[in-house]
Amino acid sequence: MTYQSQAVSKLYFMAAIGLFVGQILFGVILGLQYVIGDFLFPAIPFNVARMVHTNLLIVWLLFGFMGAAYYMVPEESQRELHSVKLAKLLFWVFLGAGVLIILGYLLVPYAKLAEMTGNSFLPTMGREFLEQPTIGKIGIALVCAGFLYNIAVTVLSGRKTVINMVLLTGLLGLVLLWFFSFVNPENLVLDKYYWWWVVHLWVEGVWELILGSLLAFVLIKTTGVDREVIDKWLYLIIAMALITGIIGTGHHYFWIGTPSYWLWFGSIFSALEPIPFFMMTLFAFNMVNKRRRDHPNKAATLWALGTGVMAFLGAGVWGFLHTLAPVNYFTHGTQITAAHGHMAFYGAYVMVVLCIISYAMPKLRGRVANSNKAQVVEMWAFWMMTVSMVFITLFLTAAGILQVYLQRMSETPLPFMVVQDKMAFFYWMREVAGVIFLLGLIVYLVSFFIKGETEKAPKLVRDPAAFESQ
Amino acid sequence: MKEAFTKSMARNIYYGGSLFFVLLFIGLTVDTHRKIPKTDNSQAITESVAHGKRVWEENNCVGCHTLLGEGAYFAPELGNVYERFGNSKEAIKAFIKSRPVNGIPGRRSMPQFNLTEEELDAIADFLEYTNGIDTQDWPPNIQG
Repeated sequence: MTYQSQAVSKLYFMAAIGLFVGQILFGVILGLQYVIGDFLFPAIPFNVARMVHTNLLIVWLLFGFMGAAYYMVPEESQRELHSVKLAKLLFWVFLGAGVLIILGYLLVPYAKLAEMTGNSFLPTMGREFLEQPTIGKIGIALVCAGFLYNIAVTVLSGRKTVINMVLLTGLLGLVLLWFFSFVNPENLVLDKYYWWWVVHLWVEGVWELILGSLLAFVLIKTTGVDREVIDKWLYLIIAMALITGIIGTGHHYFWIGTPSYWLWFGSIFSALEPIPFFMMTLFAFNMVNKRRRDHPNKAATLWALGTGVMAFLGAGVWGFLHTLAPVNYFTHGTQITAAHGHMAFYGAYVMVVLCIISYAMPKLRGRVANSNKAQVVEMWAFWMMTVSMVFITLFLTAAGILQVYLQRMSETPLPFMVVQDKMAFFYWMREVAGVIFLLGLIVYLVSFFIKGETEKAPKLVRDPAAFESQ
Repeated sequence: MKEAFTKSMARNIYYGGSLFFVLLFIGLTVDTHRKIPKTDNSQAITESVAHGKRVWEENNCVGCHTLLGEGAYFAPELGNVYERFGNSKEAIKAFIKSRPVNGIPGRRSMPQFNLTEEELDAIADFLEYTNGIDTQDWPPNIQG
């Protein structure tokens, strides 16, 4: 850690990991409810558990992005953070608001929560992922705006690098697009149209800028490859992400009452969306191969490579699988979508946040890297979580194929609930994989408490110049 | 990458490409706004339909169901439920009203939302309106 103010990121990373644990616990509950329909009913019905699962994911990833920014930006800008006080204040506000929202979901019937928070004044609740009470959404907007201000002042008054400028652009996009969460017209088609401006343009748009920038930062630090090379890759990756991803929004405009030309725009551009993710894989492996130092933090490098591969598989391959309109006609809104959603979120965003945490956390705790022993445990967690996520995805894909066939393609299409019973085998297998994911997460938590001898500085590979601060 | 391909070329592709596609997207959005009155069934939006959408949202129906394929995949698609229930709003209302408070042992069951008669009418009207949206013939069949 070069700058004192970077220390504030530790708070954010710890909150992120804590909420991650909550997310996975509710994931395991949901998986069980798929096969034991009355599990925890009516105390925690499926819709409540699902809100908690997805909202915790969003909130902890935001904590992760914020922590990453607070860690990276001082180092990139070569100055202290504009205001550590503001960063700490916003942390507690965000955590408090997040916890209140989740408790609201769990303790009060949703309709009552809507009434209590005055949803009728500005109705924004009850839409997938945007279930937060309106006042909560305003809170998120304020926290994100304050965060953006803190980062922007630091970046703009310090050294400007491609990495911190791309990060800033991504964060600006994140904040601006959030305003569409307040757009909720009575016309369902328009409601859905703009709902995607938050959901799609976040995860298949501006979040990819944040992802690219985090990945580039960790790769510079761990490989010592020349900044010029990294910057070029970063620009090309985010260029392809936006060139394909913006019009790629059209793959959500196939069946919601929008004009038919979206079938073409959506199919063609979203078919190209795997390109930036494939470039990320190439990028990560190329940089590691060309490394000029052997950084003692092997775990962080593993997460970086893992992000490249899993983001490509989850977002790229599994996205492409059902993105062409003639295919999507049959797969839309089935377990195929769920399969893609799980691996894409894990591979792209969960892994990149765990990657930066893996790199930054040892430094925040006063060492270049964790002991070999601790890293081995962390790598076990990497493999347990990653492999079980692959299996979750495969089982959900199998379930989805069965569903598509029985409900939509066979000569005598069966009703939804009849088909669900026939898919139970795959749901059980998914639940087993989910439990292994949870075990992997526990191993991950344990890795933070493992001591052992730590190395002080990176070992040289080829070029002594690599030691110079990049 | 080759030296001939410089960082500034990469940067220009990023700025130029993004700007172009942002503008194209905005253009398509304007055009979509112009065209959707033909497909969005908006002439059917009454006060009761608007109220029904609110009831739909404030009970988080999308937390289990899909609507035009979007939402959770735990319970049936409802974009075409009006048709599936024999074009009967009464059937929709009766189903919602009949849900047991403590669920069904071992099986998935919709919660009992204790909706008023007015809310039941509104949600049924909303689902009838949704059924009338032109969705390029999706879903493939009546089962959703």
